[in-house]
Amino acid sequence: MDKSVSLSTHAHTGALAVSVAELGKSNLPWRRAAQKIAFAFLWLMGTLAVAALLAVIGYVVFQGFKVINIEFLTRPPRGGLSGEGGISTTIVTTVYLVLLTVGIAAPLGICAAIYLVEYAGEMQGRTGLLPRLVEVARFGVETLAGVPSIIFGLFGYALFVTAMHLGFSLISAALAGACLILPVIIRATEEALRAVPRSYREASLALGTTQWQTVWGVVLPAALPGIITSIILSVGRVISETAVFYVTLGGSYKMPTSIFSSGRTLALHVYYLAMDTRAFDKAMGTGAILIVAIVLINLTINYLSHRVRAKLGGK
Amino acid sequence: MPVRYIVDRVAKYVLLFSALLSILIVFLIGLFTLREGEPAFRQIGLEHLLGGTVWRPEQDSFGLLAMIIGSVLVTFGALALGLPLALGCAILLAEVAPDNVRAVIRPAVELLAGIPSVIYGLFGMVVLVPLIRGIDVPGNTGFGLLSASVVLAVMILPTITNIAEDAIRAVPREYKEGALALGVTHWQAIVGVILPAARSGIVAAVILGVGRALGETMAMIMVIGNSVVFPHPLTANPLTIFLSQARTLTGNIAVEINYATGLHESALFATGVVLFVLVMLVNSSARLLMRARTG
Repeated sequence: MDKSVSLSTHAHTGALAVSVAELGKSNLPWRRAAQKIAFAFLWLMGTLAVAALLAVIGYVVFQGFKVINIEFLTRPPRGGLSGEGGISTTIVTTVYLVLLTVGIAAPLGICAAIYLVEYAGEMQGRTGLLPRLVEVARFGVETLAGVPSIIFGLFGYALFVTAMHLGFSLISAALAGACLILPVIIRATEEALRAVPRSYREASLALGTTQWQTVWGVVLPAALPGIITSIILSVGRVISETAVFYVTLGGSYKMPTSIFSSGRTLALHVYYLAMDTRAFDKAMGTGAILIVAIVLINLTINYLSHRVRAKLGGK
Repeated sequence: MPVRYIVDRVAKYVLLFSALLSILIVFLIGLFTLREGEPAFRQIGLEHLLGGTVWRPEQDSFGLLAMIIGSVLVTFGALALGLPLALGCAILLAEVAPDNVRAVIRPAVELLAGIPSVIYGLFGMVVLVPLIRGIDVPGNTGFGLLSASVVLAVMILPTITNIAEDAIRAVPREYKEGALALGVTHWQAIVGVILPAARSGIVAAVILGVGRALGETMAMIMVIGNSVVFPHPLTANPLTIFLSQARTLTGNIAVEINYATGLHESALFATGVVLFVLVMLVNSSARLLMRARTG
């Protein structure tokens, strides 16, 4: 058998001690068997991944729904070390924090993405200050996306909580969180903008519009579902983030009264319940609410991106 | 000049400023963590910080080595458990699974990435830790490197699987067709042609998984025990080191920052600098690899 054909199977053929008489025989059964075993392993891995997901979600949701009722959702936590009470204030805090964080980061992130896609595109191959700035900006987004979230917490603690005297508060946490989700919004929005066909822009510019008029009147409306997806994506990040808010939000279980109030989000509440009070049943209940929120967000994103693909694909 | 040209110009500069905001934040993060960590670097010294094995803030000893080893060991454990799973999924999704199966597994993997880390931590505390406590070794509390590695293995799965799958899909179709035309099986084509061609992308995926593992905080605090002892085997069997409690660099910051003052606080910022440099090194090597592939 030719060497180049046998590839990785020469281990088998070697072990078989090929004689002249056997040369005409095919090793195909061996190679097929090897493939069967390998593919079985791959399927096992895929099954395990789905099983891990189902185990985590299933367990937390199943255990959690035992403690969830109207009272659990509408009563505030009693605080202290008891772990008793509901989660109403943490739901409110989570909503406030999401609105603040995304409100700060989304406009900036979307603007950044517009520049990187619509304006920086023509810089290719040109020299001078502006193209270099664009390169630096891209490097910034990439680097920011890789920074561990606890570093954002540390930074938020040093700058917003301490240096700017904002204290442990919603606004400190939102500013630190905005830094965290900025690259998420930029990248997803860039993708949404890139999906808009070039012909849309050319048709608009050919009518004599300025670049901004084209962006505002043609590109942004076409990319809107994608941009909404990027915002929903960052909402999910804020809801599930813990480390940043653990060191900037303060952890008070009381109802926030202003942006300078301390507070705790649902995710933080899970942490405090599990670690400080060992109230695992309540932690499961809070966790189940979190998971439901995350699953809903994921379903929305999937639905939206299907629609975008169908629409821009001309269906 | 008509108004619309003025609007156009203003818009351009507002957008440029927004685009530069990310690099400004990176700069500020570097500036503030370094500035706050500077007293620690000056008074304790880099070699004592990185090489010191004892972390006792009340006695002014600030050695990070135990935490560095903790972070490295838990990352290693997560890779040992998670790599076969993640790469197996990537190959399955890219090459083997039919579209309708892919339509189930891929969103499932993406959902794994979206689940908050406290949920993994909670699941670990309630389900995994009691299971691992059942391993009959003296001093085994269930909390420790093994529990943390298992949790982390699932958490890095989406990162590695998604990027590795993209890398495998990016291999030109002709490579596979050429191999198949020579009479090899599909599996031989995968091992002999497709995976080698996607090698740099797969390695980059693994490295990014390492970066993600090093940065994970809350789930680690919840299951690793957080004791500042140097990770050590509990019996003569060296593998029992994974039953040892430990603390990660990230956990060190999160657990202590809210009450630390003075040199202690500065040492925690220095911990942040060490973590930041470590993760940046890891991520930029992955980026270099990915660029080498496309360029």
